Amino acid sequence: MKIKINGVERTVNVDPDMPLLWVLRDVVGLTGTKYGCGEALCGACTVHLDGHAVRSCVTPIRRADGKSVTTIEGLSKKGDHPLQRAWLDLRVPHCGYCQAGQIMTAAALLAAHPRPSDDEIDASMAGNLCRCGTYPRIRAAIKRAAGIPETES
Amino acid sequence: MRDRTLLQRVVGSTALAIAIVGCSGGGSRESTEPVALPASARSQLRAVQDFDRIADRTARSRALFVEASRVLTHPRCVNCHPDGDVPHQGIELALHDPPVERGHGDRGVAGMECAGCHQDRNQALTRVPGAPDWHLAPIAMAWAGKSAGAICQQIKDRSRNGGKSLAQIVAHSAHDKLVAWGWAPGAGREPAPGTQEQFGAIVAAWVETGAACPEDD
Repeated sequence: MKIKINGVERTVNVDPDMPLLWVLRDVVGLTGTKYGCGEALCGACTVHLDGHAVRSCVTPIRRADGKSVTTIEGLSKKGDHPLQRAWLDLRVPHCGYCQAGQIMTAAALLAAHPRPSDDEIDASMAGNLCRCGTYPRIRAAIKRAAGIPETES
Repeated sequence: MRDRTLLQRVVGSTALAIAIVGCSGGGSRESTEPVALPASARSQLRAVQDFDRIADRTARSRALFVEASRVLTHPRCVNCHPDGDVPHQGIELALHDPPVERGHGDRGVAGMECAGCHQDRNQALTRVPGAPDWHLAPIAMAWAGKSAGAICQQIKDRSRNGGKSLAQIVAHSAHDKLVAWGWAPGAGREPAPGTQEQFGAIVAAWVETGAACPEDD
């Protein structure tokens, strides 16, 4: 199977049903994407498949054949995507484990809705759990990345 | 949710009663007697021929739709025909978890699309259900909490059925791959009654007999 991962064409010879997550982590060596629940219930493993956010833990690699995958490592060349800058500015992470998935989902949201409402943010981010409870900072960082004044909701 | 679950069960049992009692034709003494249909287990559908004993064509058509409604009102089908913006899941019609929304195209919202988790087939190990083009029925096609009669009227109404003709409804019922998932839900889930082939035959027979709708109590 041929997959473009973060802009680099790669050929992977694995079981077609192997989850994309394990191809990324164990075969390609990109460990920024995290394993959370393994059942598409927490969002920690979120990556982009042709620009759409998917839970890589339940996405068989055969679905990615011939497509483009973007992980947290490839979201920007220098780690300076507006979301990544906002995440640093507002010190969003606590333990950090879920944050790659949070940022990837948020990036898919902003790609579709550059100035999302609070309701749109909540609907899009509802599947990304954070056991540290950083949700208020996540929402604030998304709004900062979108250029929405903090007082505007 | 418990109320809705209860309502769904009531609708289901009412449907069976209509099937048996609602087949009277009027007129002669014989025709006013309810026509007994063979018993059917919850997991089964009656065969189209079982309805031949109902002499009155319209009554037969109504009874056929009531039989079809045993599939339409089954949780495997209703869960993705919700009357709100959140799908249901499970035999108890619980709200979908994680909390997803239908979005403008009935396929979720940015970052939280149906296809973000649901694949083109069931996932055995993770139990995530899947079928081609997994998505919600549009809100106009909501069935949750509705009677067989109301669903019947809705299915015939082109403004609420995706612009389908009755022939297209038959084909959709018999062959659509997402509809087919209802009989192959995987992961120990209870399938819809009968088979898709039987369901398609019942819907076809309903159309052939005039596509009459059951009258609700």
